[in-house]
Amino acid sequence: MPFGNTHNNFKLNYSVEDEFPDLTKHNNHMAKVLTKEMYAKLRDKQTPTGFTVDDVIQTGVDNPGHPFIMTVGCVAGDEESYEVFKDLLDPVISDRHGGYKATDKHKTDLNFENLKGGDDLDPNYVLSSRVRTGRSIKGYALPPHNSRGERRAVEKLSVEALNSLDGEFKGKYYPLKSMTDAEQEQLIADHFLFDKPVSPLLLGAGMARDWPDARGIWHNENKTFLVWVNEEDHLRVISMQKGGNMKEVFKRFCVGLQRIEEIFKKHNHGFMWNEHLGFILTCPSNLGTGLRGGVHVKLPKLSTHAKFEEILNRLRLQKRGTGGVDTASVGGVFDISNADRIGSSEVDQVQCVVDGVKLMVEMEKKLEKGESIDSMIPAQKAPPL
Amino acid sequence: MASSFARILSSKRKVGILSLVGAGSLTVGFFLNREQHVDAGAHVRRIYPPSAEYPDLRKHNNCMASHLTPAVYAKLSDKTTPNGYTLDLAIQTGVDNPGHPFIKTVGMVAGDEESYEVFAGIFNPVIKERHNGYDPCTMNHPTDLDASKIRGGQFDDKYVLSSRVRTGRSIRGLSLPPACTRAERREVERVVIDALAGLKGDLAGKYFSLTLMTEQEQQQLIDDHFLFDKPVSPLLTCAGMARDWPDARGIWHNNEKTFLVWVNEEDHTRVISMEKGGNMKRVFERFCKGLQEVERLIQEKGWEFMWNEHLGYILTCPSNLGTGLRAGVHVTLPHLSKDPRFPKILDNLRLQKRGTGGVDTAAVGNTFDISNLDRLGQSEVQLVQTVIDGLNYLIECEKKLERGQDIKIPAPISQFK
Repeated sequence: MPFGNTHNNFKLNYSVEDEFPDLTKHNNHMAKVLTKEMYAKLRDKQTPTGFTVDDVIQTGVDNPGHPFIMTVGCVAGDEESYEVFKDLLDPVISDRHGGYKATDKHKTDLNFENLKGGDDLDPNYVLSSRVRTGRSIKGYALPPHNSRGERRAVEKLSVEALNSLDGEFKGKYYPLKSMTDAEQEQLIADHFLFDKPVSPLLLGAGMARDWPDARGIWHNENKTFLVWVNEEDHLRVISMQKGGNMKEVFKRFCVGLQRIEEIFKKHNHGFMWNEHLGFILTCPSNLGTGLRGGVHVKLPKLSTHAKFEEILNRLRLQKRGTGGVDTASVGGVFDISNADRIGSSEVDQVQCVVDGVKLMVEMEKKLEKGESIDSMIPAQKAPPL
Repeated sequence: MASSFARILSSKRKVGILSLVGAGSLTVGFFLNREQHVDAGAHVRRIYPPSAEYPDLRKHNNCMASHLTPAVYAKLSDKTTPNGYTLDLAIQTGVDNPGHPFIKTVGMVAGDEESYEVFAGIFNPVIKERHNGYDPCTMNHPTDLDASKIRGGQFDDKYVLSSRVRTGRSIRGLSLPPACTRAERREVERVVIDALAGLKGDLAGKYFSLTLMTEQEQQQLIDDHFLFDKPVSPLLTCAGMARDWPDARGIWHNNEKTFLVWVNEEDHTRVISMEKGGNMKRVFERFCKGLQEVERLIQEKGWEFMWNEHLGYILTCPSNLGTGLRAGVHVTLPHLSKDPRFPKILDNLRLQKRGTGGVDTAAVGNTFDISNLDRLGQSEVQLVQTVIDGLNYLIECEKKLERGQDIKIPAPISQFK
């Protein structure tokens, strides 16, 4: 799956020249890296589940991209894709992740105690805090490639694992295809419900096949820990709460993840991970920690300051509107989160957010008093590695 | 049916295919015997039993869902066509698009000619339902492109604003739009435009590739209402038909703009003959002449159209099997269209109405698109005659109502003649 790329050996009857995609109008990482020579070398290979190079690149062929936004343009169909197609994926990863080399090692650190501070972000400015990541279950193909049987198996195993959680993690699973109208309304009101993907980037990779079969949402009773099953990745794990106590959010995130991982390991299906790429996810942009830790923070003055972008860059942070990626900010409230994903650990990345947001709130207060912030502009933080 | 596939491996085509082969040593003997593909090529990964893979079709209302029982699925799910097309691929569009309570879509597609044979266990009941009881196992489909047999077919321009006949053709030996590789799609384009370049006289024309056309050419094609867009309908995109857009897609039309061919849109080719006014006879004459000329030209190069005596012309969607023909007019019927008997009259005449924007559009003013309902089980000549006879009746009704006279609902005409 998806579509017509499964008959790979038959395709070898045609020359590279005849099969090579026309990428002349394309602007995505895959198109910048893929040459005819590379395609010739990779085209007769398949992962153990049968994923081919044409499967990897289809989404990038179908979505030429935008002159200003550089999309990744390729996906993995299983864990082995990153190995079998490393000739293509390593350079894509390097371009996307600031020069991360094929020989680099990624640090994983989910020890919440290593986070310094983070419990004192001013709630008058920091309205909410959130940390999300993804996890893939070892032994199963990923969303672009899995069959209905595999997707259902991922759901079954995930729900079993999640339902065995207790204490603050005790919760309930809501399968998309059988939720009641009342449940649906509540999940929408809580901003938990996810929809069938409409982005052609995802559809072109076959991730919406068989919707809504084996998709669902699990959350704890307190509505502070949420798991999406079989959306863009096997699992998307989210810890969130109102206010600025990122320390608590991150603690719950780490503890919850580790509890879930233990249960999957008992079933001989731990999470996909290796020491080079960290946690393996469908899109190369989410490798490493797959972590986006962020806050919704009021910065009406700072956000209009001439140096706002530069400050964010130096702090290795990125801004988004409060609707998430590709949305505009409303009322001076921004979503501020870490820009890096690979080469630094979860603790490193959340530390970045905590320290950076604390500084920016202080800057905002200074600007409110009519004072200058020039002396507060930070030095450029070193990139990961 | 299997023997007709072996037929294509005649000398001319073999030479053509072998010349395309690169360095791969496995390919030569591999390709000469297509049966080997099933063992050596196709990768049907089956970790779970069919019962774990069977789609959830409880909320579905399409022809595929009506007939794909767990037993049928279990029987067919590990089979592949020689090119590697599978049942899961064929039904994906129907799984992803449950349908509408009022409109029953087909819910599956063919990836290649052999799909209709390998997956006959599901295609046959779907075809039977969609084509009003036509049974591919026992019935033969008549093909008749002799336009001289048409009686009448020249309508009053006061009522009939334009006339049009369309069909599709697939090039035998190359996979269909849901499954074709980029190289196959490019080969379809080469074969077709090579043949179209050989058309002469009133059929002489030009090809406009979607990737290479200039802004000016694009605007002209839009103004002529010839340009087709990348499909947005999830029925088509979920079947993989928009992959690699706009690679190897294009539009060919004759200089007079009365004969038009779409390349690699929903089928290998869609062929359209049209003109303003009510001369359906001439439109159909050009249609037949053009089709037969194109067929002759591709045969000169060793190619042929996909066709067999049970299913007629093979196209991607089962709804277009047989003739794949839709012959219709834009007709103004201000009185008749307001008469409550209008739908029943159309039904009995085996006609359907659409808005002037085509399928799923609303009528504008009192102008309708009226065309044949049936595709399979009757020939091109029979279907066009049905449209002509039916239109004569409708226009007579309109004239009667104009004069204040009453009209009658005609007796229903029989289907398979």
